[in-house]
Amino acid sequence: MYKFPVSKFALGLALGGFLITSQAFAGDEMKYGFGVKPSDEEIAGWDIDIRPDGKGLPEGSGTYDEGEALFAEHCAACHGDFADGGGGRYPPLVGGTPGELSQAVRPGQPHKTIGSYWPYASTVFDYIKRAMPFGNAQSLTNDEVYAITGWLLAENDLHDSDEPMNAEALKKVVMPNVDGFFDDPRPDVKNPHCMKDCFKTVEIKSKATLGVTPTGEDALR
Amino acid sequence: MGKQNMDKSKTNSRVIMAQAERESAQLEPTRRAFLRGSAAGIGAVAAMGATGGAAMAAGNPENLPPNVPEWSKMLGDSVTAEPYGIPSQYEKNVHRRTVPWLTPTGESSISFTPIQDLHGIITPNGLHFERHHGGFPHIPKEDFRLIVHGMVKNERMFTLQDLMRFPQVSRIHFVECPANSGAEWRGAQMDKLQFTHGMVSCCEWTGVKVSTLMEELGVKPGAKWVLAEGADAAGMSRSIPIEKLGDDCILAYAQNGEMLRPEQGYPLRLIVPGFEGNMNVKWIRRLEFGDQPWHHREETSKYTDTMYNGKSRRFTWSMDTKSVITSPCPEYPMLGKGYHQIRGLAWTGAGKIKGVDISVDGGKNWMPARLEGPVFNKALTRFVFDWEWNGQEVLLQSRAYDETGYVQPTIDQLREIRGTWSIYHNNSIHTWLVQKSGEVLNVQVSGK
Ligand code: HEC
Repeated sequence: MYKFPVSKFALGLALGGFLITSQAFAGDEMKYGFGVKPSDEEIAGWDIDIRPDGKGLPEGSGTYDEGEALFAEHCAACHGDFADGGGGRYPPLVGGTPGELSQAVRPGQPHKTIGSYWPYASTVFDYIKRAMPFGNAQSLTNDEVYAITGWLLAENDLHDSDEPMNAEALKKVVMPNVDGFFDDPRPDVKNPHCMKDCFKTVEIKSKATLGVTPTGEDALR
Repeated sequence: MGKQNMDKSKTNSRVIMAQAERESAQLEPTRRAFLRGSAAGIGAVAAMGATGGAAMAAGNPENLPPNVPEWSKMLGDSVTAEPYGIPSQYEKNVHRRTVPWLTPTGESSISFTPIQDLHGIITPNGLHFERHHGGFPHIPKEDFRLIVHGMVKNERMFTLQDLMRFPQVSRIHFVECPANSGAEWRGAQMDKLQFTHGMVSCCEWTGVKVSTLMEELGVKPGAKWVLAEGADAAGMSRSIPIEKLGDDCILAYAQNGEMLRPEQGYPLRLIVPGFEGNMNVKWIRRLEFGDQPWHHREETSKYTDTMYNGKSRRFTWSMDTKSVITSPCPEYPMLGKGYHQIRGLAWTGAGKIKGVDISVDGGKNWMPARLEGPVFNKALTRFVFDWEWNGQEVLLQSRAYDETGYVQPTIDQLREIRGTWSIYHNNSIHTWLVQKSGEVLNVQVSGK
């Protein structure tokens, strides 16, 4: 894991020398007292994040059939009727296996989808709720997000299509690539600080002559 | 699926798919390029460079000595003719550019800083590279709120004015997208500097240190992670270790002396010095303190690095030491034999740049460049090297090293450990092939 220098706050160093604010007089521990205490309702409206342990999952439930209809209505236009990307440019959401993430097994392109790559099912709910459908984010109800999440997981063979999707069901899903991640080991490369005769020969391996770089107006959207 | 829904979605799909098809026609760079023939690309670049140079040298004789030009006789514009000043009309080619085939939409996309045209360590505000995941919103400052909650003793909601009352700090830091140079993992692909290295910018960021807020609100024991979340249509969210937040992170409302630009997070963004750009959450609306990371989409599906064997690194936050030569470069080729000052930029998430070396033989031998200060912590650092070009073909490289002793690696060294599926964190030594004509080509070399 990344090592951090011991920071000032960790040592609990107070900066001192501040004026005591009226808030502080009111028995508050705060030094400045700027801002207000948000109400539970205010926090709840924005606190939409979900964690792998299920923290944050709201009440609600949705079935496979509901999920299928909702996906067709809100998602298929971009991601394809079968959530396979539809042969277009939008990300495929089904297919592949963790085994196919190896370059030796599949030299072309890694097949990264929810099913093959994502380590936690909670992220599916979280992401759809916060960011999809693209262009109309945070418009789906919790029931709808559960239904679509359940359908997508079922299409990835990770959920029984006869069972409704809800907080309990989502917590039980174990993603195939859950053990596919490890913490950053860098610095992983050690280039010696050589100054003279570092190589005997140097060969040009590739040149950027593909003509794929935009040149004029095509560099703007 | 209801029939009605199906019909509706079919129509919808047809429209959007037609668009997608148009766009995907531009995909598969390799094949397309081979079909087109490889010479065309270089020809265009060379022509651009040559015309640019020639035009500048020629000018309009009526304005040149011994003649006295118009502007020496007639009054110029009055004050406030341009209430918010803009660059000279003769610098119109200096702007951000994108690569449309990289992403399906312009709202979740990238634009690159024209670092080939910049001459200092500070990126002008209108040229800071962009990476949005749901377009950039225009948030009225009175409608902005930041909620800080979770494992803190005092949960708090702030207006922009509240945040501006806290003690203020200003720091100069680079922000780099970890996908900068990402197109080059498998081989030299982009033929211009703006596209190989333009996803890095450097500004003076002004705001309140997150540690100030942490001391103010009181962090509960056991809190280890903070979720930073944006108010944009992507709801950008990243888990950040609390040690980093309390160390040097800034909630910034100003950039190079003025309030943030909308595309840089107006009215408030997080600055996470030296860490990948994506963590510097823009339009920030929420900081939630917790005891575990969230493993959200942008730290699992994306911004993770898949190794050769298919296992992936996660939480690859720090931006490694990197450098690139900005003069000469494909956009600004050599203008002739003789003296040329090689110029470039170096940066590191590890702290300060200690030095930069230059090679003119593809990495066989190296000579120290001079750092052209100031040298700031986690900021772009300029280097220069006085060079006599003999007109021969040259493989030009720069190699930075930082105060920890880490030396910028070769692409071979990175590939040997990581394979070529990483997408992110390509900080390899970059090579320009200076041709006899003076044209500069992006190439990759291998030394033995
Ligand atoms: C208008 C097109 C569009 C529609 C409609 C749409 N999406 Fe997306 N979706 C996108 C784009 C574009 C991305 C990539 C966004 C990015 O990377 O920033 C994406 C990404 C995703 C991802 C993440 C994929 C990955 O591998 O990281 C999921 C999951 C997803 N969408 C689900 C949905 C669901 C569910 C719906 C319907 C509720 C939906 N999308 C509707 C365009 C769309």
